[in-house]
Amino acid sequence: MNLTLTEEQKLIRDTAKSFAEKEIAPVINEYEENHKFPAHIVKKLAELGFMGMNIKEEYGGQEAGSVALSLSITEVAKASASVAVTMSVTNMVAEVIQEFGTEEAKKRFLPPLCSGEYLAGGFCLTEPDAGSDASSIKTRADKVDGGYLLNGNKIFITSGEVAGCFVVWAVTDKKAGKKGISAFVVPADTKGLIVGKKEEKMGQCASPTNEIAFSDCFVSYEQLLGTEGDGYKIALMELAGGRIGIASLSVGVGYAAMDCAVKFAKERVQFGKPITEFQAIQWMVADSYTQLDAARLLTLRAAYLKEKKLPFTKEGSMAKLYASEAANRACLKAVQIMGGYGYSKEYSVERYLRDIKVTTIYEGTSEVQRMVIAREVIK
Amino acid sequence: MDFLLNEEEKMMQDMVRNFAAKEVAPLAAKMDETGEFPVELVKKMGELGLMGVDVPEEYGGAGMNYMCYAIAIEELARYCGNTSVIMSVNNSLVCSPLQKFATEEQKKKYLVPLASGKKLGCFGLTEPNAGSDAGSIQTTAVKDGDYYVLNGNKIFITNATHADTALIFASTDRSLKHKGITCFIVEKGMKGFEVGKVEHKLGINASGTAELVLQDVRVPAENRLGSEGEGFKVAMYTLDCGRIGIAAQALGIARGALEESIKFAKERVQFGKPIAEFQAIQWMIADMATEIDAARLLVRRAAFLKDSGHKFSKESSMAKLFAAETAMRATTKAIQIHGGYGYSKEYPVERYFRDAKITEIYEGTSEIQRLVIASNILKG
Repeated sequence: MNLTLTEEQKLIRDTAKSFAEKEIAPVINEYEENHKFPAHIVKKLAELGFMGMNIKEEYGGQEAGSVALSLSITEVAKASASVAVTMSVTNMVAEVIQEFGTEEAKKRFLPPLCSGEYLAGGFCLTEPDAGSDASSIKTRADKVDGGYLLNGNKIFITSGEVAGCFVVWAVTDKKAGKKGISAFVVPADTKGLIVGKKEEKMGQCASPTNEIAFSDCFVSYEQLLGTEGDGYKIALMELAGGRIGIASLSVGVGYAAMDCAVKFAKERVQFGKPITEFQAIQWMVADSYTQLDAARLLTLRAAYLKEKKLPFTKEGSMAKLYASEAANRACLKAVQIMGGYGYSKEYSVERYLRDIKVTTIYEGTSEVQRMVIAREVIK
Repeated sequence: MDFLLNEEEKMMQDMVRNFAAKEVAPLAAKMDETGEFPVELVKKMGELGLMGVDVPEEYGGAGMNYMCYAIAIEELARYCGNTSVIMSVNNSLVCSPLQKFATEEQKKKYLVPLASGKKLGCFGLTEPNAGSDAGSIQTTAVKDGDYYVLNGNKIFITNATHADTALIFASTDRSLKHKGITCFIVEKGMKGFEVGKVEHKLGINASGTAELVLQDVRVPAENRLGSEGEGFKVAMYTLDCGRIGIAAQALGIARGALEESIKFAKERVQFGKPIAEFQAIQWMIADMATEIDAARLLVRRAAFLKDSGHKFSKESSMAKLFAAETAMRATTKAIQIHGGYGYSKEYPVERYFRDAKITEIYEGTSEIQRLVIASNILKG
């Protein structure tokens, strides 16, 4: 066992850190307040190579590895969860296309995803009646001459109105259950792909979340990922990888909130001394950082296993479950340490608290993670 | 970065796992019941190289590192809180400070027999009025020619009833408070050095925990460990090491609770199906498993930092705090999953629960760990 990062991993992490501090943190509040997608920031991130970190160089990627990706998402999340989730999802869209796409699809979609020509990639899995129970989707893919016609409604699609392409899940064989689901890669400008209502959300407001409707939307055979019926398997693969991304994001937001609270507490004088001298505050600091360190180790372990192509389903779920819940606790404590100032928009911790809540929900709720973990350890 | 164990680490894990399951597990409940110190098992542990894991072979140890040590303790603690703490004390609280602070002569005379398991060590810091506040110890050491004369009482000393060698902390200058503390190597049989009251406790009943009484004990000056006034530094370094051992022990106890719970939940049928099929039980198991993995990573990070020569004080406190609290939660849940059977001595989880509690207390309470962690973060 050796926990030392490679020089390359350190360099990538430091690049992400410096970009987050200099280019994201100073301006992100304006985007959050106006619910505006920070297109130029995302473009620059792509230009630095952060949108195709596990993609082969021949398709425009970096081949930097899952550990480097995890470290980078954490650094970006310290400045903005909205940008970090865009980065996490886009990287996974590219990974899914690389893993399951036809050569034509890889050549067509990977370079623009990696370069920032596409501002983002998106996943269209969730539907009004298919959340945690992803296998109950109703969107149809009916065979027609040369391909399929997609019909159905998808909701809560991260980056919906800005993504250049989507991975879309639809039923190709209604009778086959989970094995009747297939996945397709669909460019955003396809006729019949309609970007709908933008969600008003509690947090991560600079990351647009939309409904996407499919109305006789034609996709060719070349856009099918894997073979017909591979969709559920592809969804599980995407979600397993995505969980490491959300765990990495959670760790970043949690540390950012606590770092802000600690800085404040050192200066805040009450009862004649800085409040950091009270054990009530010290205890919150000790518990939060201990739990965040544990979360970071679980996250890096999952990323390491994924990078080494070893099984990581259980470990990815443990990382996502623990990191999202530890970060939620840390953000709540950060607000508490800062008191009225924490509740005010004058400081960023109230945003961190709003931003972090969704991490126990998206890419598999905490309940789904516990189902996965229990199944793995009990068998 | 490599999260997998290397060959040596795996070998250690396999060896101790095997030893613990075959030789320790069958005796663990009995040991708890009778409170008899496991003399024979400790001897075997010495033969396996477990009493001085990270001590170089030339000084009688196994010549491995702290990672291997933490791995070994976890495996032992999976079945037995007693042998694991006996091992931990001898390794971290006795061999570790001897390795770092002892002279060559002291190493030859004391470290070699301790690390090879021929002799057993204990660590005498705590006193009736000096627990978490270790700097306030009242035991005194007065220089008298080539000797120091020691007087005082040490309490809650693990291994005390069977130890051959004790590290005793005493004040050579009370006015200097913690800077006046000095550490001494005291041998069983020295005149005036006696084992006092043996403690009756909630758990870890066979750890030989007792009082040590020092009445005009004449300790040769050559038995001073480190220089005069260096004792507090010796103690703090030692406790940093010890925390890794106790964290690993807590981790092992928690894992025992999880493994027993999974086994039980798969077999126990209620409402027509194994209770493992109910989410109420699955949730407890998922949370236990996740926290245990997190605790293990914190323990191994601290061991890794120590082995690679980095600072590890904050990280070992985090490991100890997190692992101990994980053990307490996991053993509580294990009893809950077992229901009435969990409360009964027919199953081992009530013992795990009782043994887990001490990990939140000894070698620095959870409160002391939080102080250490917070002060490290806040000074940064």
